[in-house]
Amino acid sequence: MNDMLLEVRGLSKSFGALRACDGIDFDVREGETHAVIGPNGAGKTTFISQLSGDLRPDQGSIRFAGQDVTPLRAPARAKKGFARSFQITSIYREFTALDNVALAIQAHAGHSFRFWKPARSEPALRDPARQYLDGVGLGERANALAANLSHGEQRQLEVAMALATKPRLLLLDEPVAGMGTEESQRMVTLLDSLKGRQTMILVEHDMDAVFSLADRISVLVYGRIIATGAPLDIRANTEVRQAYLGEDS
Amino acid sequence: MRAHAQLIFWAVLVAALALLPPVVGVLHEPFYVELVRRVMIFAIAAASLNLILGYGGLVSFGHAAYLGIGGYAVGILSFYGMNSGWLQWPVAIGASALVALAIGAVSIRASGMYFIMITLAFTQMLYYLGISIEEFGGDDGMRIKTRSQFSGLIDLADPVASYYLVLVLMFGTIYLVHRIARSRFGMVLRAAKSNEARSRAIGFSPYSYRLCAFTIAGALCGLAGALLANHTAYITPDFMHWTRSGEIMFMVILGGVASSAGPLLGALVLLVFETLLAGWTEHWQVILGPLLVLSVIFFRTGLAGIIPGAGDE
Ligand SMILES: Nc1ncnc2c1ncn2[C@@H]1O[C@H](COP(=O)(O)OP(=O)(O)O)[C@@H](O)[C@H]1O
Ligand SMILES: [Mg+2]
Repeated sequence: MNDMLLEVRGLSKSFGALRACDGIDFDVREGETHAVIGPNGAGKTTFISQLSGDLRPDQGSIRFAGQDVTPLRAPARAKKGFARSFQITSIYREFTALDNVALAIQAHAGHSFRFWKPARSEPALRDPARQYLDGVGLGERANALAANLSHGEQRQLEVAMALATKPRLLLLDEPVAGMGTEESQRMVTLLDSLKGRQTMILVEHDMDAVFSLADRISVLVYGRIIATGAPLDIRANTEVRQAYLGEDS
Repeated sequence: MRAHAQLIFWAVLVAALALLPPVVGVLHEPFYVELVRRVMIFAIAAASLNLILGYGGLVSFGHAAYLGIGGYAVGILSFYGMNSGWLQWPVAIGASALVALAIGAVSIRASGMYFIMITLAFTQMLYYLGISIEEFGGDDGMRIKTRSQFSGLIDLADPVASYYLVLVLMFGTIYLVHRIARSRFGMVLRAAKSNEARSRAIGFSPYSYRLCAFTIAGALCGLAGALLANHTAYITPDFMHWTRSGEIMFMVILGGVASSAGPLLGALVLLVFETLLAGWTEHWQVILGPLLVLSVIFFRTGLAGIIPGAGDE
């Protein structure tokens, strides 16, 4: 049990009468890429938002690295080692790409009650930020305004920001959604390069991406996890095929 | 190129303001020294509001409260015979900071419209408090018999000396806000304005940074209040009237939010226009109001965005 980085038990969240997450049990091992698939409206984003601390669960518990983090809000969870990308890209559009990542570095470099020195000329923030931008292939776009990046570049930037916080667990909500084939290929290559080094939960619709990246897959349907297993088992699972994959094949 | 234009802009601005008293002295027009001193005091108030409104996205509709607290701190201490500026001004700044801390603590968690209403409500409370205390003149306000004393170093009753003091403090405030906005603290503030969910997701809790900025802004505006009391030698609850808060906000927006020169440009244009129109017709507010609304709609970047060298970065 002790190699579990994340242990979720009985997680439930309702919006009015709608049970978006209904008693979810879920584990992530250290180093694992655990994909979550399921049809639209299954509750995947709601699940991720409860892990990141953006949404409060109605019931259930979240243990992270052996510690109960259920009461913690998003900033506190980020400090513990959670980082996320949002299904709808969430970046600082009015800032440059480099500023975006430097802010993520700054968020984990002690308190920010420093009022005098210009943050943009601090090598302690800018140098590592540049490395993370290089790491996702955005090195040449460092000084571009984030709003002016292409959709694919913005998603890469968001991943760079998440990585710059040196997370223990990376939560990715549909990282290749809405991308062209070339862009999405670049993202899959990036995620593949992280695989093994970076523990990840990957919510994704693109089945090729999921089956190539995931160590384990959980299938979420109407707020419940109906199966968890290795990619081959999930492919073979008839219940899963009926509930979900059936639409694809 | 850009940096060059900025240098010229600021050099011209500093030179023009510094040379104004001797020039209008020659022309025997002391009125302009008074007017521009008032402009610069309001530029301090607007620069302080710009820190939270422009950089922080906190639309405070109660910033005149700190003009009032700063002004009343000077007036009340003077009423009790304590005329030392070394005492009065720190009290003006400190009391404004404390009240801002309290108001901010209550209001900052509220978002959008609620934040505007709460800040407005608190300032209205202070306004009615000012009206209700007869001892300090109530509705009519109170004359300040002796201006703040600084051990004989400077005589604030001398219009030119006090002009230069205000000038130095104004550029000091503008520079301070400029530095803060670019520091780590300022980056957190601006990032939270840009995208709060993203800030929280990378580990920032915007609340404490916003509260701190709100307190600093209150303190700086308290200084403007102390200067205004010395400028008019009179304090009245009108310092805190909601239209005053609106004026300061208009200065920031007209000048250009989140720009260093904006508050000064906004204060200059608004107060000069007000004065010109008031000399021309009694109904100047009827003309000024729509002009302001149009200017906000058509120059989204404000004056700082259209004057070469006045913009930032
Ligand atoms: N804030 C909300 N308020 C009300 N209903 C919501 C909210 N967020 C999500 N839902 C509903 O909860 C269900 C699950 O949504 P979501 O988690 O976004 O699904 P998925 O990410 O799997 O597509 C959907 O039916 C959605 O309409
Ligand atoms: Mg979703």
